[in-house]
Amino acid sequence: MIELKNISKVFPTAEGELHALTDVTLTIGDGDVYGIVGMSGAGKSTLVRCINLLERPTSGQVLIDGADLCAMDQKALIAQRRSISMIFQQFNLLMQRTCLKNICFPMEIAKVKRADAEKRARELLDVVGLPDKADAYPAQLSGGQRQRIAIARALACDPRILLCDEATSALDPKTTRDILRLIKDINKRLGITVVVITHEMAVVEEICTHVAILDHGRVMETGTVEEVFSNPQTEAGRRLVYPDGVHIAQLPAAQVIRIAFNGGSSYEPLIASLAIDCGVKVNILGADTRNVNGQAFGTMLLGLPEDPPEAAKAVAYLKNQPNITMEEVRDYHG
Amino acid sequence: MADFFSDPKTAAQISFLLENIPFAIWETIYSTVIATVFAYLIGLPLGVILVTGAKDGIRPLPAPLMQALNVVVNLLRSVPFLILMVLVMPLSRIILGTTIGTPGILVPLTVAAFPFAARLVESSIREMDKGLIEAAQSMGCSTLQIVWKVMLPESLPSLLSGFLTAFITILGYGAMAGAIGGGGLGAMALMKGWALQQFLVIYGAVIVIVILVQIFQSAGSHLVNRMDRRTASGQKKGGKH
Repeated sequence: MIELKNISKVFPTAEGELHALTDVTLTIGDGDVYGIVGMSGAGKSTLVRCINLLERPTSGQVLIDGADLCAMDQKALIAQRRSISMIFQQFNLLMQRTCLKNICFPMEIAKVKRADAEKRARELLDVVGLPDKADAYPAQLSGGQRQRIAIARALACDPRILLCDEATSALDPKTTRDILRLIKDINKRLGITVVVITHEMAVVEEICTHVAILDHGRVMETGTVEEVFSNPQTEAGRRLVYPDGVHIAQLPAAQVIRIAFNGGSSYEPLIASLAIDCGVKVNILGADTRNVNGQAFGTMLLGLPEDPPEAAKAVAYLKNQPNITMEEVRDYHG
Repeated sequence: MADFFSDPKTAAQISFLLENIPFAIWETIYSTVIATVFAYLIGLPLGVILVTGAKDGIRPLPAPLMQALNVVVNLLRSVPFLILMVLVMPLSRIILGTTIGTPGILVPLTVAAFPFAARLVESSIREMDKGLIEAAQSMGCSTLQIVWKVMLPESLPSLLSGFLTAFITILGYGAMAGAIGGGGLGAMALMKGWALQQFLVIYGAVIVIVILVQIFQSAGSHLVNRMDRRTASGQKKGGKH
């Protein structure tokens, strides 16, 4: 378990102090895939570097299974870091070493025998699906392949935690999905706790179980992905979950309601059944729904009919649907 | 022209060249290699410290110490080589017991070249991707491991190319050393050529120096390209895979 307690990080700059993180408290359970999302500059990268102390927090505690990293001496910290691997946006492979030697590198540091290390490295090449790249140099590989080698390297010393710092941000969408699938697979098979830093909600949707929303160095909200996506509680959360915003003021209708999908089956044709079951036609004024692990999350803005009994019928029908919450949008200005 | 070739002075100069050039080449190469090696024995660690000990380095050293190192490096680099050579003579006498001939110029050459080597090493390592150091730290590398296993190997092509530059610069310095009693091709051009008005000897010695520089430069560049794995195109040149 990773516990971050009241972490603050202040960078001294020429223009005064920069508060990169303020009073961040997070608990990441074993086996979680924990997403930390925020806009660029929110402090995500600094936060993830506090977990392995690449950045030392100005104040606060970093506890890994109860042991306080900040209190450790250099030697103990180095030992601890071997159980916390990290992958990066720019892969950070050693360009003068072959892929096999790159994967061997952390084992070399940990004084694993060369023959054992190479055997393990070849196994890992299989795990990441690049068994034929042992003798290739990173410069000969594509971005996705480089990240696979970096993942193999990260797994070399059997870590318990894998930190992913914008690990897919330099990759195209398809490669991103492949890499995320690999990370998810590793999480499931090896039970490694994964911390994912990203600015892309799609990445969180794809693999995370939990999410924390970071804004201006503060944690705005945390929860399971289902909770946060279905009903973001904070402005920062809404901004990330619905990046295009929902501009109700521009929508023409008599009465506007917002319904939120909280995880029913994704594509149940709610609006169609509303029309068939109670003969009410509603306008879809705006929608932002997404499919998380086969369940529907998101919101939809509906314009109800002008006729009050008709509108009431629709409201009553929607109220009876499972996995849907409904509210009237009162600040609608036609 | 016929006069020139039938002139007994010409024949004497040509036979002088043929007789003495092999040994002069040997002296030049030997003093350059030894001085470059010693310059790097001091300059390489110093260059590494200039990077790692800096304020933003992986093991920052006290600022006054770093300032002192920088001042020494800059000071030695700013003294013209001929003057430095004269100034270093007493040191040369202490270390090697002589101030003349090829051994006599080894100490001045080394003293003149190590700060240069240190700066070359420093800039080679600085141009390395910082992310690699971060990755190494995240894997639990110690400072020494980062230097040995990441910084030096990853900047090897650049370090080699710097070494080549240093080697050729030192070869040039060595030629100058002829002026104060050194040996080698430079001394031959100055003492036997210029001083005795034997222009064929000057040209002969200079042409050999130029050829030597060309050989080292192209052989060195070839080696650097072969070792550079940082770009996909470098692979093809390397031809190993």
